[in-house]
Amino acid sequence: MAETAALARLMQGNEAIAEGALAAGARFFAGYPITPSTEIAEILAKKLPVLGGKFIQMEDEISSMAAVIGASLAGLKSLTATSGPGFSLKQENLGFAIMTEIPCVVVNVQRCGPSTGIPTATAQGDVMQARWGTHGDHPVIALTPASVQESYTLTVQAFNLSERFRTPVILLSEEVIGHCRERVVLPDISELKIIDRKKPPAGLARYNPYEPGADGVPPMANFCDGYRYHVTGLTHDESGGPTTDAEKAERLIKRLNNKVMDHLDEITMTESWMTEDAEIIVIAYGATSRSAKRAVKMAREVGIKAGLFRLITIWPFPVKEVTALCRQAHTIIFPELNLGQLIGEVERAARNETNVVGVNRVTGEMITPDEILNKIKSQVKVEQHAE
Amino acid sequence: MQNSAEKYLRTEKLPHIWCPGCGNGIVLGAMVRAFEKLGCDQDNTVIVSGIGCSSRAAGYMDFNTLHTTHGRALAFATGIKLARPEITVFVIMGDGDSSSIGGNHLIHAARRNIDLTAVIFNNSIYGMTGGQYSPLTPTGSRATTAPYSTIERPFDLPDLARAAGATYVARSTSYHAAMLTKLITAGATHKGFSLIEAITACPVSFGRRNKMGDGYDMLMWQKEHAVPVEKAKDKTPEEMRGKFLIGELYKTEAPEYTDLYNQLIRKSQMISREE
Amino acid sequence: MALEALSALPLVSVAINQFLCKGCGICASLCPKVLKMSSSGKVSVSNHALCTGCRNCENHCPDFAISTMAD
Repeated sequence: MAETAALARLMQGNEAIAEGALAAGARFFAGYPITPSTEIAEILAKKLPVLGGKFIQMEDEISSMAAVIGASLAGLKSLTATSGPGFSLKQENLGFAIMTEIPCVVVNVQRCGPSTGIPTATAQGDVMQARWGTHGDHPVIALTPASVQESYTLTVQAFNLSERFRTPVILLSEEVIGHCRERVVLPDISELKIIDRKKPPAGLARYNPYEPGADGVPPMANFCDGYRYHVTGLTHDESGGPTTDAEKAERLIKRLNNKVMDHLDEITMTESWMTEDAEIIVIAYGATSRSAKRAVKMAREVGIKAGLFRLITIWPFPVKEVTALCRQAHTIIFPELNLGQLIGEVERAARNETNVVGVNRVTGEMITPDEILNKIKSQVKVEQHAE
Repeated sequence: MQNSAEKYLRTEKLPHIWCPGCGNGIVLGAMVRAFEKLGCDQDNTVIVSGIGCSSRAAGYMDFNTLHTTHGRALAFATGIKLARPEITVFVIMGDGDSSSIGGNHLIHAARRNIDLTAVIFNNSIYGMTGGQYSPLTPTGSRATTAPYSTIERPFDLPDLARAAGATYVARSTSYHAAMLTKLITAGATHKGFSLIEAITACPVSFGRRNKMGDGYDMLMWQKEHAVPVEKAKDKTPEEMRGKFLIGELYKTEAPEYTDLYNQLIRKSQMISREE
Repeated sequence: MALEALSALPLVSVAINQFLCKGCGICASLCPKVLKMSSSGKVSVSNHALCTGCRNCENHCPDFAISTMAD
């Protein structure tokens, strides 16, 4: 058969997330209508049953998160999609999935908050909620797509990471990415690397559901697949049974966190553009990184040594990479569609040795390249006086 | 000497955490005997529970057991059942767990008529947290959050479930343990959303605070206040004052959610072939 | 054996798991003829012969401490 060139398509960001989920093997969606993510539910309501998958619109976001966890425990790759208000409601059960190590994907298409905010306007204000929305010391993996193409590929990656590390993965999109339409060339599903949860060997005399492998990740038997065991949000030991033993509690909490932090090489995704000799580096993620790229390009055109470092994985925060950039550049500029959230992580990495400056907007509109360029220019003058 | 229920219990986890005389163990025993009657395949049965004294039951049962978050057991169970309809799913909740924080999920699970068997351990109190009243606590009862006794009217849980769409509704008590086993067995056999309320006793929190005596005295209270639905027919309203009905209260047939969804899958596949 | 004695032969043997019994007293109150609370605060079988095998004690034991096995 002739090698058919992959067809380019015009696709909406939310549609790309739905298609990416199907490509990743997701066969269960539970959700609740909320702008600006509802298209994901609508598309999956149509496409999942055709594949023998299951779609359900639950009574609220809390039950949607619960149903996703139940379905995943029963063996189906599962996801939910929401926006700020729904993301807030899902936090307790998100924490349950983290504690019980049940893989699933939670898509949050951010909108202008707080509270009801401007439902149809874009923002990046849920970044810290993605990290600390649920209570207690817990790990989080959160990815931020900056295009429709990436909305597809990162959804596949989100499922892979959730299955690999037996933990929920948050896909932190935003209204402008979710609703815009762009040209995409979807890879053939056969080309995609798909990871499935590691299973225990059959026929074990005793299956300890939370006895970790060498990588800290316990093999996972789906419910009713040959092993009977207990799952609880209570602090538990290797057998899955509840415990209040101090040493076991510490061991569990540290394992949950180390399971992610020890594998940053597999989790951290970033993109550097013209940072090799950059004196001013713009760090950005999501839609804002596109304005930043244009600003860096314009700065280079006027002889300013600027560079862009794009975060794709924002949690765990790429401390190592950002620390290196802080040593290289005299100024880091961090544009965000919030009043400054992830910038705090950069300041921690910079340890006051580097000038860290934000460009912030909470108007529901994009930060323009010119705004970032002006900030770059303002920082250049500061550096010249110093000579 | 083996207890007949041993086959279905994680005996290494016993003794359980419930207080002496607590009715939860009796209700759990009735449930386990229902499993015996049903010949439950433990490898193909999931028991989902919420949070509270009753919900610790899942940990003692040798099944696939899921001890979830407060009020959300039915939502987790819906996910499991829809994902794999061939799995038999029981849900254990307390009175507050099911009708207070879990009320929204209760009425929607009933509305959907998804094939779940919910057993509500109703001891009229939040026992785990030390004795607060719940939406099923009888008016005028004392609790730590009702020092002047409750002014609220409790739900009639079976009525609520029936009105929301449940297709099998029954009630029994920890005293009427044999009847409870029968009703749980019938509920599990019924295809659709089944709710069995088990009036049970909390001597340490509810009983003590309401001067109802010990575990045995509270069983006797249940015996005197429960009226089998067949006997209630020839009782005057006056005779029924302060009493509650036990037995099979409502039963009907309606399409079951996962059956309907399987039909939807076939329909969607037919349509997509035509496109 | 006298007819009456024959019928008194228990159909079921009652056994108490002392480790599991929490001494709640429900079974002894339900069946004072056969069961009695002992000084240890736990229940004990005081008069096995009078057991009719009704299993009321086992069905109402909150602690799975009573086994009534058919002989």
